[in-house]
Amino acid sequence: MGIIRSLTQLLFALILALPIAASAQTEDAGEDQGIDQGQKLLTNLAEAPDSKVEEAINAIVSSGDERARGWIEAYGRNRLSRVKDTGQVVLVLNNRGRDWEIADPLTGENMGEMSRRELDRVAINNRIRGQLVGILAMLDLNAADPDVREASAREMMGKVDATLVEPLEARLELEESAAVRERIRSALAIYRVGEGDLDAVEELSGSLHPRARAALSEAVRGDNPALATKARQALATIEQKLKLNNAAETLYFGLSLGSVLVLAAIGLAITFGVMGVINMAHGELIMLGAYTTWGVQQLLPGQPGLALILSIPAGFLVAATAGIIIERSVIQFLKGRPLETLLATFGISLILQQLVRTVISPQNRTVVTPEWMSGSLVINDALSLTLNRMYVLAFALIVFAGLMLIMRKTRLGLEVRAVTQNRNMARSMGIRATRVDIMTFALGSGVAGLAGVALSQLTNVGPNLGQNYIIDSFMVVVFGGVGNLWGTLIAGLSLGTINQLLEPWAGAVLAKIIVLVFIILFIQKRPKGLFPQKGRAAEG
Amino acid sequence: MWLTRPLRERSTQTFLGVLFAALIVVTFLHLAMPEDSAFYVSSFTVTLMGKYLCYALLAVAVDLVWGYLGILSLGHGAFFALGGYAMGMYLMRQIGDRGTYGDPILPDFMVFLNWQELPWFWLGFDMAWFAFLMVILAPGILALVFGFLAFRSRVTGVYLSIITQALTFALMLAFFRNEMGFGGNNGLTDFRDLLGFNLRTDATRLGLFIASGIALAIGYLVCRGIVTSKLGRVSVACRDAEARTRFLGYRVERVQLFVFVVSAMIAGVAGALYVPQVGIINPSEFSPIFSIEIVVWVALGGRATLYGAVIGAILVNYAKTVFTGVMPDAWLFMLGGLFVLVTVFLPKGIAGLLASRRKEATT
Repeated sequence: MGIIRSLTQLLFALILALPIAASAQTEDAGEDQGIDQGQKLLTNLAEAPDSKVEEAINAIVSSGDERARGWIEAYGRNRLSRVKDTGQVVLVLNNRGRDWEIADPLTGENMGEMSRRELDRVAINNRIRGQLVGILAMLDLNAADPDVREASAREMMGKVDATLVEPLEARLELEESAAVRERIRSALAIYRVGEGDLDAVEELSGSLHPRARAALSEAVRGDNPALATKARQALATIEQKLKLNNAAETLYFGLSLGSVLVLAAIGLAITFGVMGVINMAHGELIMLGAYTTWGVQQLLPGQPGLALILSIPAGFLVAATAGIIIERSVIQFLKGRPLETLLATFGISLILQQLVRTVISPQNRTVVTPEWMSGSLVINDALSLTLNRMYVLAFALIVFAGLMLIMRKTRLGLEVRAVTQNRNMARSMGIRATRVDIMTFALGSGVAGLAGVALSQLTNVGPNLGQNYIIDSFMVVVFGGVGNLWGTLIAGLSLGTINQLLEPWAGAVLAKIIVLVFIILFIQKRPKGLFPQKGRAAEG
Repeated sequence: MWLTRPLRERSTQTFLGVLFAALIVVTFLHLAMPEDSAFYVSSFTVTLMGKYLCYALLAVAVDLVWGYLGILSLGHGAFFALGGYAMGMYLMRQIGDRGTYGDPILPDFMVFLNWQELPWFWLGFDMAWFAFLMVILAPGILALVFGFLAFRSRVTGVYLSIITQALTFALMLAFFRNEMGFGGNNGLTDFRDLLGFNLRTDATRLGLFIASGIALAIGYLVCRGIVTSKLGRVSVACRDAEARTRFLGYRVERVQLFVFVVSAMIAGVAGALYVPQVGIINPSEFSPIFSIEIVVWVALGGRATLYGAVIGAILVNYAKTVFTGVMPDAWLFMLGGLFVLVTVFLPKGIAGLLASRRKEATT
């Protein structure tokens, strides 16, 4: 084993010298020579007897060839073969069936298929294979991209063995990126904790990576009492940090759920809260917005990002138009009869749902999430925030701010407030109340459409989408105080957070039930919601 | 007495007369006609009509609170379902060891969930009298607690409608949970006997149909008795001018609470008679859409008439049976359209239409 270890160490030392060697090589070696060199190296590897394999790999790695990674990876996966006739070493792309698809390892060119009988696999034993993982990771540690280096250093955590320590330390000296250095240090510390190093425990006490925790737990269970005490302390610190991170994550999910509720309810806060119209079809207007997103994406295949941006105005317009039609055809005849309005709009919601089922499909439709919205923002090892939820949260706040501006700063907002406070007086001042009704309803409905566009990024788009949100939306508006946009924002965000806080110990369904019961009881106590309207607006 | 006084009214006499005539005719056609006759009423149809009668009783209960008290409850399905579950629990216990798993005490779904003993709230449901009492008490108590809280803090109008809807929605979510001990998603089913009568025989089905008819008659009489009493007039006053009634010295919230609880109990009885006829009770009866459908039956028939509710319930459900069979996709369009058309063009319902016809005829 001693020889192997020293050999590997030699190998890693060579890898570390690689950038220099590579630059030196590109200076004095021409293109053609490089290709010859590659084939020669591979042939060497293929022909090497067991004892010389390391030397051959060594040679490949230290050649500084940028294709070396692919070769070694292929070697580790048994995908390196030799053509029996010519002796040429090739990459096997697909080794299923009788004929294997092969490629030239030097140019990457596909060489078509070849019968597997004509190919001779380059043999590898398990001992070498085990080392290849480390070698590959070390190769990545030399990559130009710091992200690749960090990923490979992270991969190394918990996998460091005695052979890797020295090269890693050497790498640490050379490394420029602080994040990568931190990773390498943690990786080394995990190894050293295993060896009984007390200082290494210190190093790990800030790490949130599960492997660091595993190493510390191992140390706690170990038979070294000093180490165990220290490790226990470190673990306690980590637990503390983890709790904090979990709390942050819960808060994030809560706010995200809350932002969805706000988006769904804010349009209702206009139509129900400000105008006093009970629109049970509000959920279906949300659904129309979501389906608009899907439709725009169908029109612009391959450009989900552009489609999503275009569907923001489109969703608004579609839902607003639907809202105007509902207002003109039904709601205007039921003015002053809220219970009848409730029933009629419920009927409309049934019709819209069935319309979507018949015209499009009863099945859910998937809306593609554009690339810049997928993925997540990694804060640390224990906390990463999904980007799409963050966008929705921001979108909800923007929509809210926009509505606030419209209601407070524009002519329309002024007229809406005037009409809702005293319709007759407003009319005698020359405000066309009917027009204001239409505009307000269109605004509220359009915002529902916007909610649908946002929701299409988080959930399935189906005919029942709106139904799932209608009761919640009403709850949010009533809880926040009817006619109060701020109340809706705060109610939505807090209900979302409460729901998320309850979920871990109550489960999703029970949490929802508890929240519903809480609101029902709350309304009994304060029938006008969290922020009741005061002054003239309250008299209506 | 308040319960017999409505019997002197023309409208009640007509209603009861038509109802009992229908019961007798159906019974006669079912029993006396040969099976190949065109007039023969099959046992399937008898059960279907029994189901309609249960719905009619439920609609009467809703009309009592909506028509005469001005409270639009979007949660009466919850009371109906609670009554149904109470009956379902009794029927489950009657299965005894004839279930798939053959456990003499535990219903099948509990054995399936690996439960060792009966939860406390299932105790006593092997006794018919206790179960039948719970049919009335379970919805009654829920209505009492809910109504007490709501009416005391003067939650009325649309707000009340929305929180009754939230109530039934929360109950639906709760009953969907297996941990609740009510069979979760699948609900309670696979019933055998009711009071020793096999539920699968034609005679029991006919008996249930007649029982539903009698229950409807009694429910109608109770509601009619309430609305023609002084209490009924106060409740109409609450409906039309709540604040004024309060200032006149009436305890509005007590009137509301009483009528609401009675209505919930009637809904519970309807649910209890419904379950043995359809053979299953599951959480979908709690769904908000069912509760709101009941309201449209009443709206179509004409609110504040009671008999209008019965007409509406039977008409809509007959249409539902026909159309979901012939073209299932169209049914929701029709139902949705019905909501819109009735509220916009027919605010007084069919009963209002009949009344205006009659007025035209007399003048």
